[in-house]
Amino acid sequence: MSELEQFRAETRAWLEANCPQSMRTPARGFEDIYNGGRKPEIDHPDQKVWCDRMAERGWTVPTWPKEYGGGGLNKEEAKVLAQEMARISARRPLDSFGISMLGPALLQFGSEEQKKEHLPPIARGEIRWCQGYSEPNAGSDLASLATRAEDQGDHYLINGQKVWTSYADKADWIFCLVRTDSSGSKHEGISFVLFDMDQPGVTVKPIKLISGSSPFCETFFDDAKALKKNLIGEEGKGWTIAKYLLTHEREMISGFGTMSRESLGQRAAKIVGADASGRLANGVLRQNIAQYQLDAMVFGYTMARIGDEAKAGQGLGPASSIFKYYGTELNKRRNELNLAVQGEVALGWDGDVYDGGQLSRDWLRSKGNSIEGGTTEVQLNIIAKRVLGLPDA
Amino acid sequence: MALVLNEEQIMLKDSAAGFLAEKAAVPQLRALRDSGSETTFDAAVWREMVEMGWASIAIPEAFGGLGYGYTGLGLVLEQVGRHLSNSPLESAVLVSATLINELGSEAQKQQWLPAIAAGETQFSLALQEGAHHNPQQLATTARREGEGYVLNGSKVLVLDAPSAQQFLVVAMLEGSEGPSVFAVPADAAGLTVESRAMVDSRAAGALMLDNVSVGADALVGEAGAAGPALERTLDIANIGLAAELLGLSVEAFERTVAYLQERKQFGRIIGSFQGLQHRAAELFAELELARSIVLKALQAIDEGADNLPLLASAAKAKLCEVAQRASNEAVQMHGGIGMTDECEIGFFIKRARVAQHTFGDYNYHLDRFAQLGGF
Repeated sequence: MSELEQFRAETRAWLEANCPQSMRTPARGFEDIYNGGRKPEIDHPDQKVWCDRMAERGWTVPTWPKEYGGGGLNKEEAKVLAQEMARISARRPLDSFGISMLGPALLQFGSEEQKKEHLPPIARGEIRWCQGYSEPNAGSDLASLATRAEDQGDHYLINGQKVWTSYADKADWIFCLVRTDSSGSKHEGISFVLFDMDQPGVTVKPIKLISGSSPFCETFFDDAKALKKNLIGEEGKGWTIAKYLLTHEREMISGFGTMSRESLGQRAAKIVGADASGRLANGVLRQNIAQYQLDAMVFGYTMARIGDEAKAGQGLGPASSIFKYYGTELNKRRNELNLAVQGEVALGWDGDVYDGGQLSRDWLRSKGNSIEGGTTEVQLNIIAKRVLGLPDA
Repeated sequence: MALVLNEEQIMLKDSAAGFLAEKAAVPQLRALRDSGSETTFDAAVWREMVEMGWASIAIPEAFGGLGYGYTGLGLVLEQVGRHLSNSPLESAVLVSATLINELGSEAQKQQWLPAIAAGETQFSLALQEGAHHNPQQLATTARREGEGYVLNGSKVLVLDAPSAQQFLVVAMLEGSEGPSVFAVPADAAGLTVESRAMVDSRAAGALMLDNVSVGADALVGEAGAAGPALERTLDIANIGLAAELLGLSVEAFERTVAYLQERKQFGRIIGSFQGLQHRAAELFAELELARSIVLKALQAIDEGADNLPLLASAAKAKLCEVAQRASNEAVQMHGGIGMTDECEIGFFIKRARVAQHTFGDYNYHLDRFAQLGGF
């Protein structure tokens, strides 16, 4: 038996013995995934059990190095673990911005001491993180952010406001972009700092969206304190880390466009009706859906191609810049078509008959996909300038 | 299969690009057009293509080919699209050799495929009858007479008809439910070949079959049984045309971006205007999508994938859409100069529309894509 097959056999046996039955059903949405933290939301006691057991093996973050609480698995082993988890429909034991965003940034840019201090609590689900990026006057133009950090010797005093801070009301710590210097160009003088949210100088206010309640918050800093040892990278060089994380975030959001499992066209044929040959009876709707499904399919192959090219050592080509733009626009198209197909049912807002307004809320929420993490227009600017080499205005 | 090119494929692509840029690019196309010649490709250049093995790429080794597959042929066709290089590579190799290979008897394959691979016999498919591609509705008939058959009907858009020596005529044989294919020599009695000049400066032809008698051996494969082979051939042909349209669209786009980087108006490089930048960026994204579906569909041919019909219609529909947009934007963004014959960009929009139409346009293939998708 090869080493990998040995690993598979052991993993399978361990999962069988340790994954609670209640965690062997696919998550219905983000809310079914455990997020950890000092004030965790626990829907089912097994969530914590499952997370603790996996964390003990480092499998909440399978590919992180062992010394930082990870599993130290290589890519093949991590793939086997994912396959074996999928085999029994095991849920991910833990998901958080610490795992998906801060962790990769710390592994890349953090000092040894910072990694040792912050990564293991992320892996164990003890500390939940949020991201302090956008501000009321720094959205698409993120680099013009104005939250000030004043040097006080061993710490910074932070004053200003962040907005669209997802789960700030539930997070324990924040990774935050602040301005430590405003004398140079706007991209210089930005620093990347970490600090505890549980202090008098931090106030959090949830934001209600057109789709209803949301994870987003406004976050206010009034003489909040950040220790200098929690400055990541050099002072004034935080933009590099910010860009790295934005790329990461854009890849995550672009994935939204491919979440649909069911063919919209087939569903439409049932709801709207089909002619004798099985064609969707409304020709206009049929064409719109066919165009969407064609683009969705081809976008899927494009993501696969870029992945394969990267694996073959041909590098992440310029095509990756289209992911965020195209994926989110596709998701908006899908939601609009879904509304058109479902009709009255999709216009409900509340109550069991409308499944709590899930369809209309999803539709409304999708409008934000092409705004958050860099608008469609900003993505097009980036492609025009960096890929096509067109000059600035 | 991973959606990447291997080293051998990259070499083939690069050598095709170099050859075509020198020997069969837009200036040569313009010269051929202006010469008024009935043959709209350079026979000497075609001979060189054959010597380089391009006609044998996708023909199995057992029949004198290289057995290298359609992905390789598609890469050459993409370069053909970039340079608008005209030759019988599509009519004789992509379409006719494929149909013979898919449909012919062992003896027919032994007889014809090596001749195509060696560039000795030029075949062309005679399928379309009306204004649109509609392979389900055929009016051309065949009836048995003596040992052989007699054909009657008419065909249009027979590619490279003036130079073809053999036509693969699709007809309904009396007593059969499905279509049959007959190999008809260009000099057969009762056959009239009318050369028609098309907007892309290539020659197509109309065929009139007036009691054309052929022998028993002219029937390709079995009587009334050409349907599946014809469908597969058309899927392959459409994927090949999609590869050509990809090269054409990328070239038109790159020329347009280069123009945006140099043309000045209002004291500024026009490429600095956001109204043009965003249109160019959107088109770039569409071209990246187009590249993915073309590669996926080419690989599906070589892998014998079950969903080839869906992928073929996806590839052709997507490339029709993208080529139309890329060629229209190319003319618009070139402005007045783009409307002149002197500017080469006009050749791209002209070739795009003929390639789009051939074997089914956007409307045909999006409809088929939906139907195969179950709605």
